[in-house]
Amino acid sequence: MTGREGQSEHPNHRAAGGEGVASGREAAGGGAGWKPAPQDSPRGQGEGKRPRRSGWARAGERVIEGVIRTSGVSAVLFVLAIFFFVFREAAPVLFGGEHFKLLPFLFSVEWYPTSASNVRYGTLALTVGTFSVTALAMVLAVPFGLGAAVFVSEFCGPRLKETLKVVIELLAAIPSVVWGFIGLTVMSRLIVHFTGAPVGVNLLNGGIILALMSVPIIVSIGEDALKAVPDSYREAGLALGATRWQLVYRVLLPAARNGLLAAVLLGVGRAVGETMAVLMATGHAVNLPLGVFDSVRTLTANVAAELGEAPAGSDHYRVLFLTGVLLFSLTFVVNLVADLVIRGWRRK
Amino acid sequence: MNAPVRIEVRDLRLAYGTREALHGVSFDVHAHEILGIIGPAQAGKTSLLRCLNRTIDFTADARMTGSVKVDGVDVRQVKDVFGLRRKIGMVAPLPVGLPLSIYDNVAFAPRCAGLRRRDELEALVERCLRQAALWDEVKDRLHTLGTRLSGGQQQRLTIARALSHQPEILCLDEFSIAIDPVTTMRIEEVLKELRRTVTILLVTNLTQQARRLADRTLFLWKGELVELDRTEVIFSEHPRERRTYEYVNGMVG
Repeated sequence: MTGREGQSEHPNHRAAGGEGVASGREAAGGGAGWKPAPQDSPRGQGEGKRPRRSGWARAGERVIEGVIRTSGVSAVLFVLAIFFFVFREAAPVLFGGEHFKLLPFLFSVEWYPTSASNVRYGTLALTVGTFSVTALAMVLAVPFGLGAAVFVSEFCGPRLKETLKVVIELLAAIPSVVWGFIGLTVMSRLIVHFTGAPVGVNLLNGGIILALMSVPIIVSIGEDALKAVPDSYREAGLALGATRWQLVYRVLLPAARNGLLAAVLLGVGRAVGETMAVLMATGHAVNLPLGVFDSVRTLTANVAAELGEAPAGSDHYRVLFLTGVLLFSLTFVVNLVADLVIRGWRRK
Repeated sequence: MNAPVRIEVRDLRLAYGTREALHGVSFDVHAHEILGIIGPAQAGKTSLLRCLNRTIDFTADARMTGSVKVDGVDVRQVKDVFGLRRKIGMVAPLPVGLPLSIYDNVAFAPRCAGLRRRDELEALVERCLRQAALWDEVKDRLHTLGTRLSGGQQQRLTIARALSHQPEILCLDEFSIAIDPVTTMRIEEVLKELRRTVTILLVTNLTQQARRLADRTLFLWKGELVELDRTEVIFSEHPRERRTYEYVNGMVG
């Protein structure tokens, strides 16, 4: 069988299955005059020498490989080093602070680091503040950002697309202090005017500002993820009679979902880590929020505002570093969960 | 050949930028026939098919003049281009398994067309996979990714997918390049069956395949239509054009 296929390069022979049924000329001829093809010796092309790479080329490759390996490993080292140095500052209070206990630190809402009579370090209100502002920001930013990414990538014309991308990148380049100003002045007045809330700097304000800051990231990363979907998928989907929207939600979103999740996570990362804008926009009151019009304080804003006043080496100073460790752990957990979610999808 | 005309192509010219790929092609396709389209590389075979369901629109610099009418309506005047594409099934030479499960791949087009009922969908998916000679190989793993199948299986998956929206016209572009001969024969049998309900355009590099299947065969050469006649005539000792004879017998091309 293989001999017969190897015998001829004629294209029709490759449809060999047909020959028997079609009983064409070639089939008849092929069956009668069958001869094994002459065997080439395995090293038949003995003429001429194989090209060889110079010693320099091989040494160069070693060096490049080494550099690449170092870069890869260093990423891990940096993360560990950051964790180590932050933790080193925090460790003394964790293992022997005078007024410090771990459980109240995590689960108490009472944050009185400078009280004369009764110092208390409870960060629950700050953690809840971080999470609530982030969650509100994502509720606003994810649909908006992904929608904008889909529009820019799939629906709008090439000229509008270029314009929008430039504007979105501009939006991403606005410094966070400027966003803080906008929150403090424009947004807070708007909130007071439209909702009648007593103060304009609150959870809602911070959420909106953070959403505005995360949207550009979500849009540009999300658009990249959609752009990475091969055009052949689009053509195949459309050739099957899908409308553009059907194409988006049946083909492109599933195909790009890992990239889109990465976009959302980077948005979350920005929102969790943002300091200055939330410091200015949320009202900076240590408070368990009961509604979107309550003021809150976040972990990051708390560190930024108090670290300058805490004497270096004091318990207060070290507790603030421990807050950093807590923040680090929280983002780590968020990323880990997202990673597991992706793995779960892949296995399917 | 008194069957009604399904597709009417008149003086179709297609240019990619400044390079013209089709230089004025005219022919008819009748209902319930298999029209074989043969010709060497760069003859314009695929471009011709892509004009029919307007997937040519995806190529930004493609310009199309002349007229292509499907059931009497010019495809460029069609309002509902999605409906047009549902009417025409298309199998591309390089299989593109959508990044969905095997089941969802086949159920894609019916779902887009609005079919929601589970039992109907399941029956349809099974029928299409059987027709594409793929059912036995995948029936136990319908919900794994279609892109994990081998090349030949993906090719058959695209055939099943093209059948899934019950097209009235089926365009096959080199459907058998990645499929073994035995399976090819099974699919060819299905195509012969389908002819009763579907009009088939079969682009193929395997001239013998056109000979086995096609009622009429069209020979394209560098963007022009050399000859269109009954398949027996094209593959006889005396087609009208010398070039046809030479190509079919492997002397050029």
